[in-house]
Formats: sequence, C-alpha cells, structure tokens
Amino acid sequence: MVPTSYYLILSAILFGLGVVAFVFKRNVITIFMSIELMLNAVNLAFVAFSQARHQSDGQVFVLFVIVVAAAEAAVGLGIIILTARNRQSLNVERVDLLKL
Amino acid sequence: MISFLSANANLIIILVKIALLLFIVLTVNAYLTWFERKVVAHMQSRWGPHRVGPHGLLQPLADGAKFLLKEDPTPAGVDKFTYFLAPLMALALALTSIAIIPFGPKPLHLFGHDITLGIADLNIGILALFAITALSVYGVALAGWSSNSKYPLLGGLRSSAQMVSYELALTMSVVGVLLLAGSFNLRDIINAQGTHPERGIFGWNVWPQILGFFCFFVAAVAETNRVPFDLPEAESELVAGFHTEYASFKFAMFFIAEYTSMITVSCLCTIMFFGGWLSPFPASWTFTHYLPSVILIPAGLWVIWDGIRYETIFGRIILPGIGTAITAIGAALVVFPAVNEFVQGPFWLLAKIFVFLFVYVWMRGTLPRFRYDQLMAFGWKLLLPVSIANVVITAFAILKWGAR
Amino acid sequence: MGCAVTAQLAIFFVLATLAVLGALSLIFQRHPIHNALSLIVVMIALAGLYLLMGAEFVAAVQIIVYGGAIMVLFVFVIMLLNAGVEERTNVSKLAGIAGIPLAVALLGFLAAAIARSNESAQAGLQSGTLANTKEISTMLFREFVYPFELTSFLILVAILGAIVLAQREKS
Repeated sequence: MVPTSYYLILSAILFGLGVVAFVFKRNVITIFMSIELMLNAVNLAFVAFSQARHQSDGQVFVLFVIVVAAAEAAVGLGIIILTARNRQSLNVERVDLLKL
Repeated sequence: MISFLSANANLIIILVKIALLLFIVLTVNAYLTWFERKVVAHMQSRWGPHRVGPHGLLQPLADGAKFLLKEDPTPAGVDKFTYFLAPLMALALALTSIAIIPFGPKPLHLFGHDITLGIADLNIGILALFAITALSVYGVALAGWSSNSKYPLLGGLRSSAQMVSYELALTMSVVGVLLLAGSFNLRDIINAQGTHPERGIFGWNVWPQILGFFCFFVAAVAETNRVPFDLPEAESELVAGFHTEYASFKFAMFFIAEYTSMITVSCLCTIMFFGGWLSPFPASWTFTHYLPSVILIPAGLWVIWDGIRYETIFGRIILPGIGTAITAIGAALVVFPAVNEFVQGPFWLLAKIFVFLFVYVWMRGTLPRFRYDQLMAFGWKLLLPVSIANVVITAFAILKWGAR
Repeated sequence: MGCAVTAQLAIFFVLATLAVLGALSLIFQRHPIHNALSLIVVMIALAGLYLLMGAEFVAAVQIIVYGGAIMVLFVFVIMLLNAGVEERTNVSKLAGIAGIPLAVALLGFLAAAIARSNESAQAGLQSGTLANTKEISTMLFREFVYPFELTSFLILVAILGAIVLAQREKS
C-alpha cells in the first residue's frame, strides 16, 4: 500500500509548481492552465483523504471541483478571447490599463 | 525455462494475448479496407480491386508496402513534436480501446490455465471507452494545427468540434443501457441481456432502447468521422482535411486509427444493444448450435468452386486452398462438439460485428454528406435532446416495470 | 503479497514522476500548445493515481471531463487565437539563487510535517470496485443533492455567460 502521506506530498509539490507557473508565465492562457494544475493538485489531496478514511465524500467533492473548473474554464476563456481581441496581445503584462 | 514460464504465467498469457490481438486487429483493418473498396465498388456497378491477387485479396498487402516505402516528407514550419505526436496518439488510443472488449463468455483451458477471451475486464469498461474517445479528439485537433497550413487547420478544428459535440449524445444515449444492466462492465451488460435465455433475440437491449440505439449509432458514426459526417476529411471539400500534410506512414497511422475505431464502435453496438455473444435463437433450440458449420461448409465449397474456374493460375491455387481451409474448419466444428460449444459465443459476436461493419460501408456507398452547419445543428438540436429523453423514459419505465 | 506492495509503490513513483515532469514542463515550455500538452500529461498521470487508489469513477471522469473537454477547450482557444511563443521573462538572477533553495527548504519542511502526522500511519485499503460508483452516486443524490442541483444551475449560467461573451458587438 502506498502511504497517504506520499500522495499528500505529491499534491503539495504539484500545487507549488502551479503557483510557480502562475507567477512566472506571461501568457494569459498558460496562467489559466496553472490554475487548473492547482485545482488538480487539490483534487489529488481530496481523493487521498477519501481513501484514507474509507469515505466517498472526498470523491464526490472532487466531482464538484471538476464541474466548477469546467464552468470557470468556459467563462474565463471567453473573457480571454475578448481581451485578446481588444488588446491584440496575449501577454498579461500588456493588460495593465483599465482603458485602452 | 519451463519453471520461469509457469511462475510468470499470468504475465506471459497477457503478453501473448496482446500480441495476438494486435496482429488480428491490424489484419482485420487491412482486409476491412479491401472489403470496403469491393463493396462500394459493387454498389457503383464496378469491380473494385481485382488485379492484385485473386479478387484483389492481396491489395491490402500492396497498400501496406506502398505506405512503408513511400517518401515521408515533413513540411517546413511544422511544430515537430506535435506533428509526430498526433498520428501516434490517434493510433495508440484507437488500438487501446480494443483491449477492453470481451470476445467470448467461456474461458479457454490451455496448459492448465484459464484464459479469458479479452485482455482487460474492467469494472468501468464503458467509461474507459468513453475516456479513450474523449482523448482521441486531440489526435485530430493537434494534427490539423501542427501542419502549419490553412486547410488542415480548418479541417482539424471542424472535425474536433464535431467530435466533441457528438460525444455528448454518445454518452447520454448509453445511459439507458447502463440503467437496464446496472453496471459499467461490458460482460455484465451482455449477461443482463441474457437473463432470459428463452427469449433469444427479444431479450436484447435494442427493443427497449431503440431510441438509444439510433442515437448511439449516429453519434458513433459522427465520432469516427465517417460518411455522412466526414466533411472535415472529404476530398472535394477541404483537400483532405486534417491529414492533408501527412504522408505515407503517418497517414497510414490515421487510416488504421479510423478503421480500428470503426471496429470498436461496431463491437460496442453489438455488445450494448444486440446481445454481444448471445445467440438470437432461444436457448432451447440446440440444433442452432450447428449454424457456424452450416454457414462455413457451403461457403468453403463455393470458394473452392469459384477458385477452380478463376482466371489466373495463382488464383486457381490460392482460392481452393482458402476454400478447403474454411470447409475443414466447418467440418471440425461438427466433429468436435466441445470446440463447437466454445466457438458459439465468439461466432455470434463476430457475425454481428461483421453486419455492423457492412452497414458502415453501405452508408459510405450510399449517403451524401452533411454540410457542417447541418451537422452541428443535427448533433445539438436533435440528437442530444432525443438521447436525454431516452434516459428519462428509460428511468420511468424501470421505476414502473423493473429492469428485467 | 510483498510483490504486490512493491508493484503498487513502483507504479506510484512512475505516475508521480510523470506528473511532476509534466508540471515542470508546463513551467519551462514556451509555446502554449506545449504547455497544454504537458497539463494533459499531468491529468492523465493523476487519473492513473486515482485508479491506483481505487477511485475508478473519479479517474474516468477526470479523463473524460478534464482531459477530454476542458483541455480541448484550452487547445481550441490557443489555436483560434494563434498564440505564439512566449516572450522571455526578465527574472532577476538573485531571486533565482535565493529563491530556489528557500522553496526547496519549505517543501522539505512541509513534507516532513505531513509524513510525521497520523495520516501516514495506516494507508487506506482499496474500496470495493463496483461499490465505488454506487457509493458515490448514492451519496451524490442523497446528502449532496443540493450542491448537485446548484452545480447544474452553475453550468447553465456558465453556458449563458459564454454565449453572451461570444456574441459579436452590434455596432
């Protein structure tokens, strides 16, 4: 059996890498993807705990997280497309004025 | 050596099964292309391939040799990693889906081990197949994008949008079957249809789930990008769609992936709606167990008779040989009843898969293609509501009358 | 039995390494499509880990929804916007020299704290395979029915939002 702490450490590493990608990348789509990576890391922690305690609550919550991530991705990408069309650039440093 | 084999017997059995199934699937793919070309040709009052080998039977070999030996240019400006990844992904996913399909009910007893027919018996069989279908969208989208060219990009985007749209209808149309069977496991689904063996053909899922069957079949044809949904890869519309810039071997990989997913869809249709390996006759009619022999022996004799009068000498040797082999198999089934019992399940499964493949090819020869906006409207406005309605109706029916 | 344990550990390490390599590739690749592909690799590796833990329904849903729908959406948007290679970031070297060891130390403390806690004492057993989907669905439609209906409403709102955003301006 794989100890639960291994899964939790992996989840922490993935979350940390997600934060690093969020801070250091310039492309707004890549930043969005790093948010998804962070959500995935949290999902892993949920499932690990659900397995450790023999309850399915964690897995049900993972389903909710996935659904919310899907809704967020849909609307967020819509916003990104509009912003990219207005500013002609996907570089997040160019989106620094409230008015064009 | 023997002790090594017997200690790791399970692993070796699985590896042998994988190798054998891979070989069989690739051969069936090759001869499926021959079958398609012959049938479409005869529907169009022409002959199809008939020069390369007797009745064109060696045409797939010639095609394979061509694909292997042709020059494989890589266009300039492509994104190399993605360009090489896309056909690989498509092929790997298509071939993986064959591993989940069960081919027969009874295990084979060889060397003291029970060998089940089918590589992996997953408890989430259907979900795993949908997962693989969901991932195969990437093969198309990445192929179109990485080719650094307008037509493949358009074809790839259209094709992946089509696949994602019809995926919804595909998954919803299967929920009715899952409600009736109570499990995702493919063997359980077949066994649920066989709970009343005396019903024979009337116990199959297609009767209570006729809406679901039509939704599933249409959505699956759209998923595999076949006629009438093949606008993204049609020759007259978009050059060749997402695989325009792919040459010999990579194009062959897409080709094999498409035909393998055709085979997978036919297997799924049979398993979920048409009883899989169950015989259409009631179980009490045991004389129908001789049906494989009744089909094989006359077929073998006809091939011999046709071969004797064939034009080329090569045909006059090969065709009677094939005919004799078929007749011998048919006779062996009569002589060895234990083998006959074992063969019943796989025989019916393969016969039904063959019927579905024929329907696929028939549609290719007959139907015109959808325009893209008609295609999307059909998927979202007709197929999806109908499959959701099917789920609701099935749920109410099960509440009222019970699952079986 | 010992063979099964080490096989599980081996699979865990393979999948974990795949996930971490995918995440590192997400950071270091400069083209958005390669970032997307790395994220897909991470998701598939995580789905494998869920399967290893016995959560097969969640694994399948992860691949179907996350890997097969959300990431397809990302890939579509990257293709539509014709996103090119990212420009180089002006990260100061000092931040790298000071920051990376600090980050590794923080991770080490976190890992030690997790490993020392009670959770690592007894690893969970695999739940029954068929009961898993049934358990989840029972719980979803009994205790969690209110969040379930709320999330369906949320999806409806998201669809409406996406359609409104995608409309052309009536100029």
